[in-house]
Amino acid sequence: MKIVVCIKQVPDTNVVRLDPVTNTLIREGVPSIINPDDKAGLEAALQIKDTNPEEIEVTVLTMGPPQAEEALREALAMGADHAILLTDRAFGGADTWATSNTIAGALRNLNYDLIITGRQAIDGDTAQVGPQIAEHLKLPQVSYVENVEPGEDYIRVRRQFEDRYHILKVQLPCLITTLTELSEPRYMSIGKIRDAYEKEITIWGLADIEDKLDKANLGLKGSPTRVKKSFPKSGKGVGEKYDDLTSDEAAQKIIEKLKEKYII
Amino acid sequence: MNFSKEHDMIRNLAREFAEKELTKEFLEEVEETGEFSEDVIKKMADCGFFGIKTPKKYGGSGSDHVAYVIVMEEIAKASGVASIYVSGPNSLVGTPILMSGTEEQKQKYLRILAKGESLMCFGLTEPGAGSDAGSMTSFAVLDGDHYIINGRKTFITAAPLSDYGVIYAKTDRSLGSRGISAFIVDLHSEGVSFGKPEDKMGLIGCATSDIIFENVKVPKENLLGREGRGFTNAMKALDTGRIGIAAQSIGIAAAALEESIDYAKDRKQFGTSIASFQGIKFMLAEMATKLEAARLLTYEAARQKDAGMDTSKIASMAKYYASEVCNDICGKAVQIHGGYGFIKDYKVERLYRDARVLTIYEGTSQIQQIVIAGQLLK
Amino acid sequence: MYKDVFVFIEQRDNLLSKVGIELLGKARELADERKQYVVAVLVGEKVQNYCDTLIKHGADKVVVVEDPILKEYMTEPYTKAVYHIIETYKPEIMLFGATSIGRDLAPRLAARVHTGLTADCTKLEIDPETGLLMMTRPAFGGNLMATILCENHRPQMATVRPGVMESMAKDEKRTGEIFIEEMTFSQEDVNVEIEEVIKTESKKKDITEARILVSAGRGIGGPEGLKPLESFAQVIDAEVSSSRAVVDSDWIAKDRQVGQTGKTVRPEVYFAIGISGAVQHLAGMEESDLIIAVNKDEKAPIFDVADLGIVGDLNEIVPKLTELMEKELAIKEDIE
Repeated sequence: MKIVVCIKQVPDTNVVRLDPVTNTLIREGVPSIINPDDKAGLEAALQIKDTNPEEIEVTVLTMGPPQAEEALREALAMGADHAILLTDRAFGGADTWATSNTIAGALRNLNYDLIITGRQAIDGDTAQVGPQIAEHLKLPQVSYVENVEPGEDYIRVRRQFEDRYHILKVQLPCLITTLTELSEPRYMSIGKIRDAYEKEITIWGLADIEDKLDKANLGLKGSPTRVKKSFPKSGKGVGEKYDDLTSDEAAQKIIEKLKEKYII
Repeated sequence: MNFSKEHDMIRNLAREFAEKELTKEFLEEVEETGEFSEDVIKKMADCGFFGIKTPKKYGGSGSDHVAYVIVMEEIAKASGVASIYVSGPNSLVGTPILMSGTEEQKQKYLRILAKGESLMCFGLTEPGAGSDAGSMTSFAVLDGDHYIINGRKTFITAAPLSDYGVIYAKTDRSLGSRGISAFIVDLHSEGVSFGKPEDKMGLIGCATSDIIFENVKVPKENLLGREGRGFTNAMKALDTGRIGIAAQSIGIAAAALEESIDYAKDRKQFGTSIASFQGIKFMLAEMATKLEAARLLTYEAARQKDAGMDTSKIASMAKYYASEVCNDICGKAVQIHGGYGFIKDYKVERLYRDARVLTIYEGTSQIQQIVIAGQLLK
Repeated sequence: MYKDVFVFIEQRDNLLSKVGIELLGKARELADERKQYVVAVLVGEKVQNYCDTLIKHGADKVVVVEDPILKEYMTEPYTKAVYHIIETYKPEIMLFGATSIGRDLAPRLAARVHTGLTADCTKLEIDPETGLLMMTRPAFGGNLMATILCENHRPQMATVRPGVMESMAKDEKRTGEIFIEEMTFSQEDVNVEIEEVIKTESKKKDITEARILVSAGRGIGGPEGLKPLESFAQVIDAEVSSSRAVVDSDWIAKDRQVGQTGKTVRPEVYFAIGISGAVQHLAGMEESDLIIAVNKDEKAPIFDVADLGIVGDLNEIVPKLTELMEKELAIKEDIE
């Protein structure tokens, strides 16, 4: 079985802070990480590989600037077999449509039985690229997967919805999008980190995949959507804050506030 | 300091591991029970922390001394005792086997160590032979296919937890240190017994005890290296060991500095955070500067070792300096914390206790000074 | 010619989800500005009976596709149905709830139709000059807001989280048209086999529907720490929700999570108890009408959005508050 896991390198948004003076994002010193949902997807793939390490092959693929190579090395250090970096100026500035079109083009270059993407990236939170890759490749998709059991020529998955789970059986090839809850990603190991830096990373530019996709729909100019403007979120007025109340006084203050707002 | 991307990734791994596994709750339990979960030891082994520079063909990770220092530093930053489990297989126990072991010994024991299948201890010190190893009285005599060992080892880290030990004993009483040989001893053999674990001041969670050998039969093939070469073998191991203790020291010191900075910013006295007082600023500046100097020395020693240079002087310098400044830094950290530094709810209390042994074990500061001076005056 | 504002009406087990009604409210505003119609798209096994409700809540027309295959949501049959409607009616704007159904269906459709899709919008407006839909959404984990346009492709598609838009009050006088689309589905449309549907039981109210939320953060210290909050919630008839940290520690179920990766809530009162207030959390609750925060760390970012912030020990304050509140409510009952 051949599994391709699509990952994205993202800034750790937990660490991103706003500069209180200029109200802009402080990007400096923000570490880049493998997007958490994608990392859970990689772990799912590696768990499938553990059942038959010789026969099952896990390839990680990412689209991004050259430094996204680090995310691929990390994936290799967790146990992936191969890594592919899609990088080209022509791919830059892509929205989800153009991104999924590009990645689908690269996937047409590969053999796969199962494609795994994370549900959504923490920097964009759109949850769109996975389903759109599936559409471009005309594959069945299951999103929000939190458990995977591989079968002979199918997989059985558990899909999480707000109020229910579905147990679904899907014929391969197919695409699933995975949730962070699916599994705690394994640690890398020092030995595998060594190996990861000895392995070759395949780098593909437009020239390597151009016969596999619609070239008109790449990058910024091939994107149906456009960011008109971005701006920091406006905070509301400063509220009251007390740091010297006894718990009695604090409780009293809260009740006053609720009365003031006619809640009680 | 500049590190390769590979080393950065190893640091990320160690840091992530410490963050997820060596949590406050876990460490409190270790302090309370004096026991360290085997599960976490196994996880450390799976991350490759026990065979960092052991070649891959012996089950290790095939990395280097810089990587060893990185892992020790990051683990010690979270927990001194956890770093003890890392140091054993990589230095005191692993190094003599790697340097003097036969191919069979390497295949068997290095693999066991790297995979975390068994713990092994290092038995050199005796009740009457500490810094002066040459005065040891444990004795091994060849009797057909076996050596028969008699003697007592003391303050042996992890002894009661170990399945095997690298044990030093004299094979020729007429000679001093040149009469010492090294053996790999199965500690489940008949005649091996352990003393009561010591009630230690710090590094709680890794039992330290005596080992008593009474007519213990050790197969001849378990001699490690040649007869009479045990002392040289032990000294080489201690050389690597010293870099490890230096790494432990900078990890513990870094934690103390971090805690102090946070506390100084938070703690308010006289209507302002104590970090705004010069008395505190001076202390923090001194702590940070000494720590940085110790780090540079420690990583330089590791780099020289990786470059195949003779590191006995610089390893001693790193161990001596880093462990001394670590004690200084931890002392100041407690001072900055005031009364809170004296109670167990605050991390610096543990750091202060854990730091104390760093200038003592694997060669006291005074022994390091003698080694350094010896190199200067030769 | 693309025209009208379409809303995908989500239903599960033949019950309408609230988000569809909320979106009709927003669609009404947008359509009025564009001088166009609001069209509700209703897909399911037997759902026609809801047409009237949808009209009363703002729809001018309802397009219905019914088939037994559409009973439980599946990507391909639903995509096929809605794709058919888009191709037939050519909407200018189409809105979906940002639920697990909407976020599965909308991207697949956008790829098939070849148009843009903007996820999780918090604000939708018509640009008075160009007539384009301006879709505003949080980005970068809620640190930034971005306004997105889809200039050259139609429909302009957006998903909106439940609870973000306000539904229109039911207007009994409204009338509208109903269109039944006849479509045939085959077994080939079913490329995923549903073996089992397990409904997660919860007698608790969905946190997005609660009027008051008592929300727990890491500061509660452990699963035991939830108990005082539950008692307090019971007294004031609130639901208990939480930050991500509490869910990740398995102290509470995932469906209670507020924030970027959880749910967006806008209750009348939001109590943040022991929540430090990472931006991801704030993104999910800062629209609440009244935010009351209790935290021992005076520098916690939650205080930046709180209307009332108390620096103190939650273990003391919450039980005290419960006690006072009980008395307060008892007095009030007396008066009534």
